[in-house]
Amino acid sequence: MALTKADMAENLFIQMGLNKLEARDLVDAFFAEISQTLVAGEVVKLSGFGNFQLLDKHSRPGRNPKTGEKVTISARRVATFRAGNKLRERIDTTQRIRAAVEAVDA
Amino acid sequence: MTRSELIERLAQAQTNLTPEDVDLAVREILEHMSVTLAAGSRVEIRGFGSFALHHRPARIGRNPRTGEEVVVEERYTPRFRPGKLLRDRIIAAIQ
Repeated sequence: MALTKADMAENLFIQMGLNKLEARDLVDAFFAEISQTLVAGEVVKLSGFGNFQLLDKHSRPGRNPKTGEKVTISARRVATFRAGNKLRERIDTTQRIRAAVEAVDA
Repeated sequence: MTRSELIERLAQAQTNLTPEDVDLAVREILEHMSVTLAAGSRVEIRGFGSFALHHRPARIGRNPRTGEEVVVEERYTPRFRPGKLLRDRIIAAIQ
C-alpha cells in the first residue's frame, strides 16, 4: 500500500501528539509550499532526502500514441527529483538486506 | 529553498504550532517518506506526484579512466513522477 498524506498525518498524531486537524493541515502545507516554490521557478533542497529541480525543455516533434498523428510537443518546464546520498544509501542497504534474505529463503 | 527555509515558511503560516513543532514534523514527514521508499513501497501525494523505486539490473560497465570492465551491481533508484496538477501549474507559470 502506497504512503499517502492521510498516513503521514496519522503518523504525526502518533509520533508527536499533534491533533488530527493540525497534522492534516501541516502535511497539506508541506506539499503546497514545495509545489508553490517549484511553480515560482525555485529549486527545493531537502537535506537528507533530495533535491527537486526544474528542467526547461525545448519544443520537439512527437506523435500522438493513440492515433500515430505527428504533433509538436511544446516547450515546457518539468520538475525532477534527485535523491540525496543519505536516502540513496538507505535504499541500497535495505534492498541489499532484502535480496540477501530472499536468497536464504529460496 | 532549503529544509530550514521550508520550516521557517511553514512556521510563519502556522498559528497554533510552535516553530519547534513544525521543525520536528517536517523531519518526521521526510523520515516517513524515506523509510517507506527504502522498504520498496510507493509514496503517492495526489496533485503533487508519486515516488517509487525503479530497478536497475546488474550490468557490465567500464571504468572510464582505465577502460577496465567492472560488474555494476543491481540497484534501486527512487523516481519521482510529478502529478498532473503540479505539471500543469509549472507549465502555466512560464507562459
